[in-house]
Amino acid sequence: MIALLIILLAFMIIGSLIAIETRDLLSSVICVGAVGMGLSVVFLLLGAPDLAIVQVAVEVLSLIILLRVIVIREDVTIAHRFRHEDVFATSAALVFFGIFLVFAWRTFQQLPAFGQPSLAVSGNYLAHGLSDVNSPNIVTSILLDYRAYDTLGEATVIFTAIIGALAILRTTGRISDERHDPDR
Amino acid sequence: MSGMTLIVKTIARLVVGFIIVFGCCVVLHGHLSPGGGFAGGAMLACGFVLVLLAYGRTETRRIISENRAATWDSLGAFAFLSIALVGYFSGAFFRNFLPLGRQFQLISSGTVMWSNVAIGIKVGACLFAAYLVLAGFRTAEDM
Repeated sequence: MIALLIILLAFMIIGSLIAIETRDLLSSVICVGAVGMGLSVVFLLLGAPDLAIVQVAVEVLSLIILLRVIVIREDVTIAHRFRHEDVFATSAALVFFGIFLVFAWRTFQQLPAFGQPSLAVSGNYLAHGLSDVNSPNIVTSILLDYRAYDTLGEATVIFTAIIGALAILRTTGRISDERHDPDR
Repeated sequence: MSGMTLIVKTIARLVVGFIIVFGCCVVLHGHLSPGGGFAGGAMLACGFVLVLLAYGRTETRRIISENRAATWDSLGAFAFLSIALVGYFSGAFFRNFLPLGRQFQLISSGTVMWSNVAIGIKVGACLFAAYLVLAGFRTAEDM
């Protein structure tokens, strides 16, 4: 299973690199979709079907939105020429990336082993979750009973974002104000 | 924009009911099987987006407009918050005040199922509203 995970992660990294570097926006969006689907298979292999379902559904919806944007707008991407001024920026980025790798490696040595969390509260949830909430799906009983306050926060974040989008992208009242503006 | 061809419209009319029923099933069985409010709500939004893509914006807005989607969004959020507040007045914030019922039954686990329903309505309506306003957005020069 570890080998399959590594293959999938390599596939996702290659897909995201192609999505950044390719010039055609349509193939870039398709690569983003491939990365998202690979991520959902990774979630499924790691034993998180809840996350996998959410990932597939949200990925399909966001892909439709991105495709729609690309069909409407026909942007031409400009190829980036390598100049001599870029040498300093690239080398500085590489140096900082190396420093980050060293510290990340040292940090990962300190982490608990895979599948052995150091928090004692998660074992408590697993031991008493079924009798406390009577829900066979332990993820839902944690999300909506033990940690429902966090879920309320997430719902508030989505609600605020959508209300902001509805307010900015509205059509009523936006045009007539601009027409009556004498400065335009 | 008056939608796509007759083939797409017919297929969408056949398929969208199954998508919405499956989304409702995932929302309602969130406490029994994988899935839940967020995943089922995203599926419901996908079904409505299919209708929007096949039939065009003017046809879809007669069934469910931006204002109606925003109303359902607010109703779902309000239902989730009122579940929390009823729990607050009977002990603690988000207290599971309903009877737990028998395991593996549909009506069980107290408030968890109803919170899932509220979140499903909220997420489905708000994702569809986001797509609807993005699809209908025009800059001032286009109008």
